[in-house]
Order: sequence, then structure tokens, then C-alpha cells
Amino acid sequence: MFVGFGAGAAEAKGDPGMTIKWRDYPAKGLYDELMRPGGRAREGARALCRYLSSLKDPEIEERKAAAELAIQAMGITFTVYSQEGGSIDRAWPFDIIPRIITRAEWDGIEAGLKQRVQALNLFIDDLYHEQKVVRDGVFPAELLADSANFREQCVGVDPPLGIWAHICGSDLVRDKDGTVYVLEDNLRVPSGVSYMLENRQVMKRVFPELFDVRGILPVDEYPSQLYDCLASISPRPVEHPEVVVLTPGIYNSAYFEHAYLAQQMGAELVEGSDLVVGEDDCVYMRTIEGPARVDVIYRRIDDLFLDPEAFQPDSMLGVAGLLRAWKAGNVALANAPGAGVADDKVVYSYIPDIIKYYLDQDAIIPNVPTYLCVDKTQRQHVLANLDKLVVKPANESGGYGMLVGPQATRKERERFARLIRKSPRNYIAQPMLTLSTTPTLVDHQAEPRHVDLRPFILSGQETYVTTGGLTRVALRKGSTVVNSSQGGGSKDTWIVDGEV
Amino acid sequence: MLSRVAENIYWMARYIERAENTARLINVNTNLLLDLPKDVRPGWEPLIHITGGEELYHSLHEHSDGRSVVRFLVGDLKNPASILSSIAHARENARTIRDIVPREAWEQVNELYLMVKGQLQAGLSERRRYDYLKSVILGAQQITGMLAGTMLHDFGYDFLRMGRNLERADMTTRIIDVRSANLLPSHAGELPPFEHAQWMSVLKSLTAYQMYRRHMQVAVRRTPVLLFLLQNRQFPRACYHCLGEVESCLRELPRSDLLLRGVARLQRVVSEARIEVLDHEPLHAFLDDLQVGLAELNGQISATYFAHDGQPVAAQEARPAQTGT
Repeated sequence: MFVGFGAGAAEAKGDPGMTIKWRDYPAKGLYDELMRPGGRAREGARALCRYLSSLKDPEIEERKAAAELAIQAMGITFTVYSQEGGSIDRAWPFDIIPRIITRAEWDGIEAGLKQRVQALNLFIDDLYHEQKVVRDGVFPAELLADSANFREQCVGVDPPLGIWAHICGSDLVRDKDGTVYVLEDNLRVPSGVSYMLENRQVMKRVFPELFDVRGILPVDEYPSQLYDCLASISPRPVEHPEVVVLTPGIYNSAYFEHAYLAQQMGAELVEGSDLVVGEDDCVYMRTIEGPARVDVIYRRIDDLFLDPEAFQPDSMLGVAGLLRAWKAGNVALANAPGAGVADDKVVYSYIPDIIKYYLDQDAIIPNVPTYLCVDKTQRQHVLANLDKLVVKPANESGGYGMLVGPQATRKERERFARLIRKSPRNYIAQPMLTLSTTPTLVDHQAEPRHVDLRPFILSGQETYVTTGGLTRVALRKGSTVVNSSQGGGSKDTWIVDGEV
Repeated sequence: MLSRVAENIYWMARYIERAENTARLINVNTNLLLDLPKDVRPGWEPLIHITGGEELYHSLHEHSDGRSVVRFLVGDLKNPASILSSIAHARENARTIRDIVPREAWEQVNELYLMVKGQLQAGLSERRRYDYLKSVILGAQQITGMLAGTMLHDFGYDFLRMGRNLERADMTTRIIDVRSANLLPSHAGELPPFEHAQWMSVLKSLTAYQMYRRHMQVAVRRTPVLLFLLQNRQFPRACYHCLGEVESCLRELPRSDLLLRGVARLQRVVSEARIEVLDHEPLHAFLDDLQVGLAELNGQISATYFAHDGQPVAAQEARPAQTGT
């Protein structure tokens, strides 16, 4: 991966006459995002595929090396720290073949995401107030009672505009019949948007000629949309509210993103120790001129570490009194504490009902069918079919603690059966989807690799959805685990209008 | 501006400047040794003194041979003042202020770090060392230039300039202090051998040779060299000039009254010193006072602007002051 100083383009490997041959692309039995079976490109991807097959192996290799060099030079990293040598930056694994979605399809997905997040915000606000959804029998009271992310401290609080989840990252997958599903919603501190922005920058450096033609929609308005969203929830009606990004610090694996977004928004990047809550219950940051009032905090710290007074008393990352200031309405927090109550995977299974209940609409984007282990009948079905299902813990993210039934050993399945019996509320199961694939460069040839997509939805005065999102790709053959912490990479995502 | 951010900018500038100065120092010493006959060669020991690392060095090495000293100064992560450590610290500081530093400058810091680390073997090899160190110097200059040309000239930039100029002033006094010790007329009034070449190397360590010739228009001798490096108002690495830069930054910054008085005092000490009559010991005492003054100024800046509860990100070190030579 390391591209040495002065090495320039890597030495050309492979046969200089070879090119990508789409006819040989093994997409059989899969839904591929770019290729139909038989080597014909899908609508929106024809020009790209034609272009790629016109490049000789050494040219492909050169582009690949250029992308790696650009990623290094731009410092796009994903950080792992060791005691000894300070930081070890792993370059963000990136594949140079973009993933393409037509604008027509995207417009539908965008509408579906807006609908979903609107319902989620109404649901969260209801849970912390009257709980009508529970009273009306749509969402079971016992599930709420067991929720790990419901925060008593937030009951009765009225955040600005009634919005709790200002930034949502929803994971979309496509099954082999072409249907797009929402796999999960991340309402706590979803990350990845900076990589979406940086991937586009890398592509523009490496393939400028592809952007000459009209039709690839830009992605770079996200930071200004984010700023507007955050500014719209400022408790003080001032023209330039003080917006800050609160990070756990450089040792956090998403620190790159925190710094990047602060920079792009022109906001201060602060750590807990930079902030202090005054006796007036307002939040101030320590500056060279003395304390300065803060209006909006885009916090990238989990609820439980936010405020040692209200949550974990030993947290070093947070700010004592922050929750007090938020409840007093003197500072806005995005996302609001307690918003995570709705990104629980058990809640997930109720989202179609939740949309119906609050908006009186059918969900535009379907959910993956989900079995709740807490329900006796469903649990029995799950336990009887562990070899066919994917079992997930209700509150984890990042792909940890999952059982992929068809690929698991018998021993692992038995272990999960015990876990499920012990704490059924903590597990859900879903049928094994065959995630769609997209061509990915492996040794100069394009091979299908599984992908998902994480778009980001902003809710403030307006609702905004990123143009596309972050496409994550499982780089290992046959793997469907796309998480960057577990060997996943990413790609640029193009929403194209017309033929590119 | 956040106190923590101001502090990181200040130290980023100091570390980059420090790496550049160390690179110059090694290059000039390499050249000097080639010009002098064996019996008068000062060797590599003085460089350890200049960078304030004698205690650490001698705990790690028995001999002060070129190879060990260069390795210590270029690539030893145990030496907090080595080029590699300095650039690594500069990068850590830059990383935490990526929202302040223009993107191109951050990329440059990052690339410089990758180069310094990746090409380390070149820095240690005698044949390729010159080019390696030159890339360090150019890389550092590029960052300085890029920041001057792209960063808002706001408070942050004042902290950057203060850090750079304090580090420069510190380095200038260190080089003079160590180098002048073995360049004194003997009791018999004889000039030390190759005095000319050695004072030239002092000037060159500070890239001052050409400017010295242009400005002073006299031969390279002790007194005019000292006058030039300490009291000149226009040469960017002269002590007096550096203090002037710090003063102009402080004039922009809030809450700087006390600090401005401190700088004015130091400026008086430098400009009123009668260099021509300072013999070996008095010169050493004078430089010592100056270094203590610079360290105090650093401490006051820190207390005024950076006072905080949390720990700073990268180890921020002013170097140990030199002990008697």
C-alpha cells in the first residue's frame, strides 16, 4: 500500500496489451450495479465501462497508484494509534471504479429517506413526551422499557424545532432481485461522510476526463448544508451563531472526519477540555481572549460520555454540566442526547408501522424482514433456522457481534443460540440477503465485490439528503462485511443524470 | 481562537523551524569538516551541545563519531529534538488544527513527514545526506511560505510567527554560544587556526553568509559576525530582528501588555550589549542570560494564552538550556 517517496507511478505489471474484458465479468447469479449478465453495462454506466475497457493494464495500474498517492498526500486516513510510535495511519482503502446509480432511481430513494427520518424524529419526540405511539398500541411498552438507548434524563425536553436526529446515516443494501432495502439507521454519531467527499476529490484528481462530460451530480455541498442545518437550531437568534464540532480527540478513529467537517464548515473543532459550563448554565469555550459563548454543538461523542454530571461520572471526554445547559435551552446539541433510542435494531423492525402511524403513508423504502427474538414464535423460527439467518445484536454497530448463519461453524451457531435464549431482547435475525456487487479492481481485472451504501440525511429547518452517499465495498472475495474496521474499502458514488 | 489551537499552531511552527535549523547545522558541519585539517576539526560533539542533547546522547552512545551523532540528530525518535521527532511533533500538532491550517499546508507537512521517515537511510548515508537535508530545509520553507501565502493573517498567524521567531532566536544564541567557545584568540594573541573558515561556517549555519557580506562589507571576523547575528535589524535570523517580530505579533494579540514589556526588556539587553568588548566568559554569560530571557518569554506566552486543564497533544518541549561549555 505504501507508495514510496519519489517512486512515481508504480512499475507496470501485467501484460501491457491486456484490458478489462466485460464479456468475462462473472456477474452470473448476482445483481451487479454496473453490469447486466452477459457483459452489457446498465443504463448510466455504459460510457464508464467503455472507457475503462479502453485503458491498457499499465494505464489502469498508473491510475491506481495515482489514487493511492493522492490519498496519502491528502492525509485521508483512518487512524490506529500505538503507544510507541504515536500514530499509525492506515490509508483509507479505496477502489477506483465508481459505483453508479441513475438519478431516476435516486430520486425515489431520496424521498424514501426523507420520509423515514421525518417519522423517526416524530417518534423520538413522542417517546420523550406523551408516548402516544405506545398508548395506541403501535410500539410495545415492554420494548421501550428494555431499550438501552432510552435516556430518562431527556424526558420532557423540547429541543429546537422538535428535532432530535439532525444527522442520520442510513445503510442501504440491494438484494439479488434488485430491491433496495434499509438495513439500519444510525442516529447516534454516524460517520463516513468525509470519506464520501474525499473519494470524489480523489476521483477528480485521477480521472479528470470522466468529469468533463455532463451528468455526474456534485456531492460537495454537504458541509454548507450541514452548517445551515446546525445554525438553524441555534437557541440565540443571532446572525452568526457559534457552531462547534466536539470530538473525543485525535485518538478517535473518526478524528479525521471531525477535523475535516469543522474545517469545511469554518467551525471550531473543540475537545471536552476546551468547553466549560458557566454558572449561568451557558456553554463557553476557552479562547486566547477568555471565555466565548457557544450556541450549537455538533457532538461526535456518545451520549454516555457527554457529561460526567449526567451520565458516566468518570468520562474524561465530556463537559460537566452540558446536559443542564441543553435542558435550559442555552445550547443546542446535534444529535440530541437520547436520539439513539430509535436506532436500536428492534425499533427498526417497527419503522414501517411508525411511518404509517405518524405520516399515514406506506414506507417508500422497505425494511429487510426482521425477526424479533423477544417474540416467542419468532424466536422459535430463528432458533430453528440459524443456518439460514443473520443474527445481530440490537444495539451494536460496526458489524461487531454478528452471526452470519450460512457461513458460521456449528459451534458458533450453538453459542448464538445460547445468547439468544439468555437475552432475547438483545437479538434480531434477518434472512441472508445476497448483497449486490459492483466491479472492483483486482489484479488489473474487474471482479464483482459486494457493496452497501450509506447516505446521510440532515434535518433542520430543511431536510437534505446527500447526493448518493458513501459506498462501502467488501474487498475480500465473497465477503459481505463492508465495515472499514473489518477489511472494507470504499468507492466514489455517482448519481448520474442521463448517460455518462 | 481556542487556547488549545493557539498552542498547537505555536508549537507546530517551532517544531518545523527546529527541524530546518538542525538540517542546516548538520549540512554546514559536514562541509566544514571537509575544509579543515584533521588536527583542528571540532568534530561532531558541538552539534550535540547546540541542540541541548548531551545528557541523552551520552546515555545512549560512547563515542561522538559522525555516524552516531548524525543518526541521533536526524532519525532518533528517542531524541525529542531530532529532525524526525520534530517533524512528527509538527505533524501531530498540525493534525489537531486541520480546521485552521489550509489544506495544502497540511498536505505539505504530511508529505514532509513521509519523506523524512521514508528516506531516512539517505539522511544517514554520507553521500546522499546533503540532498536529504536539503529536502528537509526546502520542505520546511515551503510550509512556511505556503502558510504565509494562504493562511488568514489573524491571531493564529501571530502565534505561528511568534513560535518561529522564538525558535530562531533560540537557535542563533545556541550556535553562537557553542561555536565561539573554541574560536577565541589564544593568550598569545594568535588567531586560532582557520578562524575564517569557522566563522564562515557559523554564518552559513544560519544562512547568513551572503547577507553578511552584502550588509557588513568587511572580512569575516568575530566581532562583526557577532554584531550581525545578534543586533542586526534586517537579517531574519538575527536575535534583535526575531524579537522585533515577536513584538509585532504581540501588538496584535489581546492581553499582551505584560508580555510586551518583557520583549522590550530583552530587546534592550541585545541592542545595548557592547559585543566588541565581551571576552569569552562575559559573552557566554550574556548569551546565557539571553536564553533564560527567551525561555521566560515562552513561559509567559504559555501562561497568558494557553493555560488549560487538559494535557497538550504532543510533547511540547522547550529544550534544556545549555550548561556551561
